[in-house]
Amino acid sequence: MKIKPEQLKDMVRLRLQPSKGRTQISDAKAQPGREKPPLVWLETNTCHGNILSVMNIANPTFPELMEDIFDLRYSNTLMFGQGSQPIEVLEAVMAGEIKDYFLVVEGTVPTKDNGIYCVIGLKDGQNYTALQAVRDLGPEAKYVIAVGSCAAWGLPFGAYPNPSGSKPVSAVINRKVINVPGCPTNPEWAVGTLVHLAMYGEPELDSLNRPVMFYGETIHNLCTRRHYYESGIFAKKLGEPWCMFKIGCKGPVTYADCPSRQWNGEHVNWPVGANTPCIGCTSPEFLERTAPFFKHLPDIQLPGVRVASDRAALATGAVTALGIGAHLAGQIATGRLQKTLKKGFSGSFRIKKGKPK
Amino acid sequence: MMSLARREVSALMARSKITISPTTRSLGPANLEVWVEQGRVVDARCATGVFRGFELILKDRDPLDAPYITQRICGICPAAHSTAASLALENLTGVRPPWNGNVLRNLLLAGNTLQNHLRHFYFHVIPDYVPGPEKPPFVPRPTKDYRMDKAANKRLLNHYFDAFTYSRMAYELDALLGGKGPHPHSILPGGSTVPPTAPVLMDIQARLNRIKRFIDESMVPDVHTLAQFYPEYYQIGSRSVRLLAFSMFPKTPEDREDRYFPAGVVLDGKTLPPDPKKIREHFRFAYFKDPGKPEHPTAASTKPRPNKEGAYSWSKAPRYDGMGLEGGSLARLWVTGDYRKGVSVMDRLVARVMDTRIIAGMMIEWLDQLKLGEPIFNHFEVPSEGEGLGLTGAMRGPLGHWIKVEGGRIASYQIITPSAWNFSPRDDRGNPGPFEEALIGTPIEDELLPVEIGRVMRSFDPCMACVTHVYTPSRLVQRFVI
Repeated sequence: MKIKPEQLKDMVRLRLQPSKGRTQISDAKAQPGREKPPLVWLETNTCHGNILSVMNIANPTFPELMEDIFDLRYSNTLMFGQGSQPIEVLEAVMAGEIKDYFLVVEGTVPTKDNGIYCVIGLKDGQNYTALQAVRDLGPEAKYVIAVGSCAAWGLPFGAYPNPSGSKPVSAVINRKVINVPGCPTNPEWAVGTLVHLAMYGEPELDSLNRPVMFYGETIHNLCTRRHYYESGIFAKKLGEPWCMFKIGCKGPVTYADCPSRQWNGEHVNWPVGANTPCIGCTSPEFLERTAPFFKHLPDIQLPGVRVASDRAALATGAVTALGIGAHLAGQIATGRLQKTLKKGFSGSFRIKKGKPK
Repeated sequence: MMSLARREVSALMARSKITISPTTRSLGPANLEVWVEQGRVVDARCATGVFRGFELILKDRDPLDAPYITQRICGICPAAHSTAASLALENLTGVRPPWNGNVLRNLLLAGNTLQNHLRHFYFHVIPDYVPGPEKPPFVPRPTKDYRMDKAANKRLLNHYFDAFTYSRMAYELDALLGGKGPHPHSILPGGSTVPPTAPVLMDIQARLNRIKRFIDESMVPDVHTLAQFYPEYYQIGSRSVRLLAFSMFPKTPEDREDRYFPAGVVLDGKTLPPDPKKIREHFRFAYFKDPGKPEHPTAASTKPRPNKEGAYSWSKAPRYDGMGLEGGSLARLWVTGDYRKGVSVMDRLVARVMDTRIIAGMMIEWLDQLKLGEPIFNHFEVPSEGEGLGLTGAMRGPLGHWIKVEGGRIASYQIITPSAWNFSPRDDRGNPGPFEEALIGTPIEDELLPVEIGRVMRSFDPCMACVTHVYTPSRLVQRFVI
């Protein structure tokens, strides 16, 4: 069954108890008839921006989510216990006492020097690394969800020169990982995916295992300023209300629904709405190839003149650059952009071989 | 004198060692080692579990990307990092924001600060004093030392749940002015990017009023309830009055050190203006190549040496004129004179709540300073060579970014975060960092559930994500693993 995001939101609302005024978590009991999936939220090498972003969810609120839909067992940021208590929770999970749990990972998984660059605690008197934790908890989980671009792509901390040997979750365990990228994730991308998994099973995923309902279109295609692009009305500096393409917008190569969904929980704005370019934070090339953030697309280059640290990324980048080139060429062929392009780019813009400045 | 006494006792009495790892509710796991004798902490070491190497990632990149990249150090205080990076770039280029640009940036940083303080107080501190519902993630509980009556417990717990709504609202202020939060887009060198218009200002005003009401009617009474039931925490976690605050919220775009919160170094009662030239990073107990002497951030390097003899932390130890200084709301309010009662767990908590209230009040005033229809951003070019320094007060203490540009790219970038000041390891002379110092003397009631240690730690508002260099080495546990 395919469910549209709007429908999903309504279902989530319907699923919730009718309002009793203030949420009285302490008095409420788990609802009968449905097992709440246990949630293990593992923070590895992260800025914690994803759990903090998910706490920004408005409908349902975070306490409602924890009361009605999930059973949050482990979260370094929120759980009350400390020291060996959280480790005991993880041990109970590994011992099979907590079954059918969802493993959410936010953060990159450092692999250099056996993963010593991220220690999540002491287990049996030894450093328990994020690498080991993901490998221990991953195989038995009902679903593994990589929330945020760190966990999904290993970026930005895995960007050159990748001091910690950071990798995405999917690179360190041999099983399916559902990617919910973003830096941070929009609260609804993460919660929407989790709720879909809990209530309707796996959502439709694309070739990079991203839920299509959130990442099915480019920012560019959904952009509220698309007509300025088509008309060749480009912002020349930050803070102008026109198309951001010329000052670095990565919307044409970034898959996410920010323009229609908006941020945060209450959908008040989004980066282009704030008159700044999209920086491609959901992209598998985030930072590594979506920076410099304020240079327009064909100028994307690796930092410095160092040897490319990641050939795969280089190849994807080339495809991306060609992709945008082909897109523009198509527009020119149909005659729609010919004049405006010349006007908008004042001769400095090359479609095929962008000369880095 | 004190160290002598300690050595004598340790010869006679058994010392026990408590290890807490991970510390939860600290934005990143930390590893604490605490030595206890006769029920009191005699020594402590603090290290954290993450290393990401931002300063290495920043090298060779476009200087203009620094505000967005450094934001990603921390999801709870991104506005502080982009503010420091913007100030450093403005220092380098000479550009200044227009009037509105400065006010908007102040609003963004302040909104982020409200979010931080609300989340820190309710989600990180309160669980050490108030039992939650009888189910995960509220159990297992970190202590049995719950003293409040039933009504107070219920009230604080309800406010815990309300805080999700109000902290979310505070992040929406950053979304309104910066596109999204965490990691808002609008704090940039040269100003900000969302022009003030009636609907935006109206929206911000309405949300701010609601947040302010929550602060006045819930948060302020709640911290007094805590103080009433846990009065001995005015003594626990105390240390000498050695504080550091960098100035915060420039009053004018020219920013001639005239800011709403002034800078100050407080040394045993005396407040002096800080001199950034006196800051040194110490390497002796850090897993970095030791240059042989403490170095200024502009000269300091980041060369990992994981097997260094005697080291125990991946954090360098920042010192001011050789002293470990504590930052945060308490330091900020001590400098302004708003709070000078003492330096302890409860003093830090009360000062942080006062800080929240003061900042919310300031934000409402700033809305009136915005001039509709006037510029918000000044365009500029980054020169190919130069150095810049950006200092700002941040949520949990003094934050400094040092940038050096060569050939149009970042040649070196050094960051000293508030948590690096507060949670630093020992310096070259063996003196402990502020948090380590504050732990010494802490009474431990129950060595198996040493909640006191967590209470002291969380009074500092730890953010282990911000200690950008740090990781813990493998270490044998001698007695207790808590």
